[in-house]
Amino acid sequence: MDTYQDIIFKLKRYWADRGCVIQEPFDMEVGAGTMAPETFLRVLGPKPYRVAYVQPSRRPADGRYGENPNRLYKHQQLQVILKPAPEDVIEQYLGSLEAIGIDLRKHDLKLEEDNWESPTLGAWGVGWQVMLDGLEITQFTYFQQCGGIDLDLVPAELTYGLERLTAFLQVRDSVYDIAWTKDVTYADVRFQDELQYSVYNFEMAEVATLWKLFDLHEGEAARLIVLFKKSPDKQRFPLLPTYDHVLKCSHLFNTLDARGAISVTERVGVIARVRKLAVGVAEAWVEAAA
Amino acid sequence: MSADLLLEIGSEEIPDWMIPGALDHLAKQAAELVKHGGPVHVDATPRRLVVRVLGLDAEQSLVTYERGPKTSAPAGAVAGFARKWGVEPDALTRIETPNGEVFAHRRKLDLAQMLTRWIETIPFPKTMYWTGKNGPRFIRPIRWIVALLGDEVIPFEIAGVKSGNLTNGHRRLGASNVPVTVANYEAKLRGNFVILSADERKKKIQSEIHATIKPDAGLLETLVYLTEYPTPIAGEFDPSYLDLPEEVLVTVMRHHQKYFSVVDANGKLANQFVAVMNIDADREGLVKRGNERVLRARFNDARFFWNQDQHKKLADRVQDLANVTFQAKLGSYLEKTKRVVELVAHLGGDTHAQRAALLSKADLTTELVKEFTELQGVVGGRYAEVQGEPQEVAVAIYDQYKPVSMEDSIPRTQAGQIVSIADKLDTLNGCFSVGLIPTGSKDPFALRRAAQGIVKILVEGKLRLPVRKFLSPDVEPFVLDRIRYYFRDVRGFKYDEVNAILASGWDDLVDVEERMAAIQAVRSTPDFEPLAASFKRIQNILKQAKFDGAGRSIDPMLIEHGPEADLHIAFVATKLEVITQDYREALESIAALRPKVDLFFDKVLVNAPDERIRQNRLTLLHSLLAEFSTIADFSEIVTSS
Repeated sequence: MDTYQDIIFKLKRYWADRGCVIQEPFDMEVGAGTMAPETFLRVLGPKPYRVAYVQPSRRPADGRYGENPNRLYKHQQLQVILKPAPEDVIEQYLGSLEAIGIDLRKHDLKLEEDNWESPTLGAWGVGWQVMLDGLEITQFTYFQQCGGIDLDLVPAELTYGLERLTAFLQVRDSVYDIAWTKDVTYADVRFQDELQYSVYNFEMAEVATLWKLFDLHEGEAARLIVLFKKSPDKQRFPLLPTYDHVLKCSHLFNTLDARGAISVTERVGVIARVRKLAVGVAEAWVEAAA
Repeated sequence: MSADLLLEIGSEEIPDWMIPGALDHLAKQAAELVKHGGPVHVDATPRRLVVRVLGLDAEQSLVTYERGPKTSAPAGAVAGFARKWGVEPDALTRIETPNGEVFAHRRKLDLAQMLTRWIETIPFPKTMYWTGKNGPRFIRPIRWIVALLGDEVIPFEIAGVKSGNLTNGHRRLGASNVPVTVANYEAKLRGNFVILSADERKKKIQSEIHATIKPDAGLLETLVYLTEYPTPIAGEFDPSYLDLPEEVLVTVMRHHQKYFSVVDANGKLANQFVAVMNIDADREGLVKRGNERVLRARFNDARFFWNQDQHKKLADRVQDLANVTFQAKLGSYLEKTKRVVELVAHLGGDTHAQRAALLSKADLTTELVKEFTELQGVVGGRYAEVQGEPQEVAVAIYDQYKPVSMEDSIPRTQAGQIVSIADKLDTLNGCFSVGLIPTGSKDPFALRRAAQGIVKILVEGKLRLPVRKFLSPDVEPFVLDRIRYYFRDVRGFKYDEVNAILASGWDDLVDVEERMAAIQAVRSTPDFEPLAASFKRIQNILKQAKFDGAGRSIDPMLIEHGPEADLHIAFVATKLEVITQDYREALESIAALRPKVDLFFDKVLVNAPDERIRQNRLTLLHSLLAEFSTIADFSEIVTSS
């Protein structure tokens, strides 16, 4: 039986063999692998790119104090971007499942329509949820727009839910029982995170402080976007740090939301504020690359 | 010379619900071609859209005549037409048309171009591009194309894919790049674990299910178009989950897992399910085990949410609705709740109905509804039940979204009916007030369904409620439209009867229904249509005379003996008669006036030289019309004469 980390090794190896840069996780809080610059910014523009990385993804509202066997504050995604999508992209994807020991002649695999959209990123695409014996194991998306911009090359984004996939392969009912290594379980590694972040996000995060932080990051990102427009040398302009501040905003928004601190009327407005920044960075990125 | 045509568009997995529409389009396109050929077959699996035409006479079918000017037209026009097609005028042929003989240019269509157009014009609801910006669009990437006429490949290219004679089997059980001919195509697919016929896939599923399932045609159709080689398998779950409400279990199985639910001999939900795989067998039980595991996790979640939700009663959740948006411009669900409670009171809802209205939206804050949004209302009803609310309240909450379609039943109790109407009224008035008005096929707030629901509840619940009073002026015509639709298309009344009845008022839809039934019953009697024609004549006479009847009454002294007096007497008698009659009898009585009306028009001059007599006759006609148009406006009846 493959351990959690074996499965990750094999998938990375598989995609490395198909020309992917194997990146390490992006070192900031993100809600999904899509938000990491390796996806959000790299899919823009005419340059082909292939990358794969494990991205710990934080969704404060999904925290369950480590009590729910299937729901996590922070889960791990294997994010694969193939830009442009090769013609045999689905075959390659199926091959990756076989590489981790799933004999697809003996399992039921279906591609069910599931279109993806992120209002905060001004991004959307069409695709499927991949169902294996009734379990959603991957989100498969052909990106069409990012930051409100039509993409030059259409990338395929494969997002594997690593905990689910491993629980399936190891036949475990709870993600906490997954064998991370032969001797160490998922609970051993991650239970404390789940408990403590749930406590913080739901009970202790100070709303006023989070709003203050949000405003600070928003202000800094907005300031930089304005400066970019005047900047004579767009190549060396710090757009990546600008984008970091946008991601901070996004995560703070999610935390405030989990804390129940965002009222009805505010919600749509706050999403629009974050999107404006994300779109601003995306447009600048395309301009700088041109 | 005839040959068989095969077109297979090989695509990545097409969303199941879009396939029938795509096939319709292809069938229509092919039918045009087949004026000179055998039957057209269209088929599909998730990965292929297929058209076959047997015995196509390509020579004849592809010939078309471009029509030009009449043969009698000036030579210049004829020359111009010929020039347009790059031929000499002598080369034009003559053809007969309904408008006479015309010149025509005979030309041959290009089959490859035609097939390309068929493919490019399939009206998918949401398309994508994949070869790069501004590239061709389709529902998902096209990966191969088979295009054969007899033994020949029809050569063309779409999105860089060249047509050929190679197809692909099932993704894992079949082979790739399999050469086919028109004749062996279906058999080759079958050998590669693709059942081409949707009907055959359906039958395979049905015949291989051995448990007693809850029939579900929609789910069956979905599964037929989600699979190329469907095989059902049965699985089980722990009977302890049967303690959860059946609606929750069925929703998880149907909507989240696409499983059929199984019932026992008494029709009760059993601890089993049927899944449909896209492979030939589950020899090692792996698929069964996997599906059972997923279902267990789902049911565990549901149980966890159910227990969690009981920590806070619905009544204590109402205030939390301040944080749930109904619609950005219309505020929160708390505000909506307050409005609906008030409306329920105005509509005469009792304390149970008002209580139900107050609690109706509270389940939107529960974990179970956040997880299974389609169970809103149902969950609230179930929670109200276990939290000790009166049964009437629980049932009204449970039924509040009914009817969800024209086929669905209305809420079971009067309290439920009133709550449902009030909720829908509020949504309609609110959305219209902020400009969210449905246009064409766009109706994101399902306002048509809401209006239709109100109509259905009022009529079928026999509720004599003055709902019209609560409709804002711009909503009135929208609702009237739904009333028309209901009586005409759902209940099958003739359109002119519906118009006649509604023109006489629609404050009370129960009354409208009774009048509809009455007019339908007397429509076929011999006096009815002629009387309707007479009423129309009366209306025209009054209109021409610009006579509105205000402040006038019939002066018996001015009435002439004979037909005029006879009509007057009959009018007065009928007026008294109908007071005690039901609508049908009343309409029969009114129809019985017909000979008197006819005779009146025959013998009596309305425009009498004596102005007083003229006015009196107009008054008589006006009274007749006014008095007898309260059931129906007969002038709306379309008469055959």
